[in-house]
Amino acid sequence: MGRLNVALCGIEIDNPVIPASGTFGYGYEFAELYDINILGTFSCKGTTLLPRFGNETPRIAETSAGMLNAVGLQNPGVESVIREELPRLAPCFHKPMMANVSGFSLEEYATVCQLLDEQPQVGWLEVNISCPNVHGGGMSFGTDPAMAAAVTRAVKAVTKKPVIMKLSPNVTDIVAMARACEEAGADGISLINTLMGMRIDLKKRRPLLKNTTGGLSGPAIFPVALRMVYQVARAVSVPVVGLGGVSSAEDVIEMMLAGATAVEVGAANLVDPFACRRIIADLPGVMDRLGIENLKDIIGGATEWEKM
Amino acid sequence: MRQGFFTVTENRPLTDGVFRMKLRGDVSAVARPGQFVNVRLEGRFLRRPISVCDLNGDQLTLIYKVVGDGTRQMSELLLGARLDLLTGLGNGYDLSPAEQRPLLIGGGVGVPPLYWLARELVADGRTVTAVLGFNRAAEVFYAEEFSALGVRVILTTADGSRGVKGFVTDAMMDLDYTYYYACGPEPMLKAVYRAAKGSGQLSFEERMGCGFGACMGCSCRTITGSKRICREGPVLRKEEILWAD
Repeated sequence: MGRLNVALCGIEIDNPVIPASGTFGYGYEFAELYDINILGTFSCKGTTLLPRFGNETPRIAETSAGMLNAVGLQNPGVESVIREELPRLAPCFHKPMMANVSGFSLEEYATVCQLLDEQPQVGWLEVNISCPNVHGGGMSFGTDPAMAAAVTRAVKAVTKKPVIMKLSPNVTDIVAMARACEEAGADGISLINTLMGMRIDLKKRRPLLKNTTGGLSGPAIFPVALRMVYQVARAVSVPVVGLGGVSSAEDVIEMMLAGATAVEVGAANLVDPFACRRIIADLPGVMDRLGIENLKDIIGGATEWEKM
Repeated sequence: MRQGFFTVTENRPLTDGVFRMKLRGDVSAVARPGQFVNVRLEGRFLRRPISVCDLNGDQLTLIYKVVGDGTRQMSELLLGARLDLLTGLGNGYDLSPAEQRPLLIGGGVGVPPLYWLARELVADGRTVTAVLGFNRAAEVFYAEEFSALGVRVILTTADGSRGVKGFVTDAMMDLDYTYYYACGPEPMLKAVYRAAKGSGQLSFEERMGCGFGACMGCSCRTITGSKRICREGPVLRKEEILWAD
């Protein structure tokens, strides 16, 4: 057991650093850049039942300390993932991976999860009920606690693998969403997905994104994500995976102090393809400086002022 | 792809708004004309993708247009500045089908990547013609540099202030060529696609997130399925292009 080890829903991982879905493909292309076995695990591109091209371009816009994306769940579909992507990943990644799943109906979520449940490479199912960029699905499951619970139950019924429900921050009461998922049997909660935003091209006087709106990610959203992780971690007893604007070892530790058991890194991978390797390498030094012996000891360690 | 730090050895305007930057660093990942680099700028979240204009030894040449705050910041960098670059991005042009008399067609800041391509084709013993299109005479750059390679250069300007009046397609009609390579804004590429004889390769532009295939931000549809402009592109073969409308 190393100093960075944590247990995520019953599976020990070497460190809490996990590239977030949509920023790491299906892993094997990053394996051309560095040995991805140094990662705790990674969350693959959001996978749906059928192949999706996603939204029309432009689907990327820059913001202060972040970016908007409106990719719209482009993916080759679950059958192609199982037939082509997972076999390509197998020689480069020898740890359980996190399969990120999206859907437009309870049946779709269940079918995709059932198919991925049969894959030995899959350690966890991360169920995205929070994509802001698709219409008539995705986030509508993520804004109504009863719907979120229904997706959780539908998925839990078809898999024995740990189910992590990925929440949207675009809600009034994030705690109610997390509790609904926990009560419906979720083994973990990950949050946050991107925040809905937009930019306008001043010269053309029209939205920069063809989709009009997109999801904001990057350091700009870190404090929002941290606050929500903090609130949710105190309200549920299942592990929480924190994400949103994480780009340094210090951010990882901050997320863990707020209550995250593991931490996903998203947009940072897109500007620095070696971001996760750098964060993992930096962690021991930052821990030494802060007097942290083992990372797992600090989970939820931030004490509220009132209690002091 | 490689990530590395480069030192700015030149950064000067070629026209009002178009700059040439030369950089020294580890260029080992830069393989062929038509590829691009992704430039990190202090205080900007996303990198700026810029096509490679030329490669000499360990020196990269980039030609870029100031279109926003990021490229303006880039234009203000001083000699000796250090820049974080991702290099060797994109597929680049395939020189093998060029045959004896390739035609290069460039529009505006689509001209730069054709320079290195022209140099390679000339070195290969091909007879190269380049049609370079600009809006007006004051915006013309690199015509002399192409000529100095031994390329026959035909200039066009939309307002007729230099060369042939009109668009690149107005100068292509009577030319005799075996294959073509194009780079420029999408409306130009579409016009070239329709006007050009025979086969060719066209280099596309799209707003990118990462520039190396991770974010799926720049996907496009092709005859052979979806492709990422940054990874399976930016150069597409004429036969695989599906126009959006």
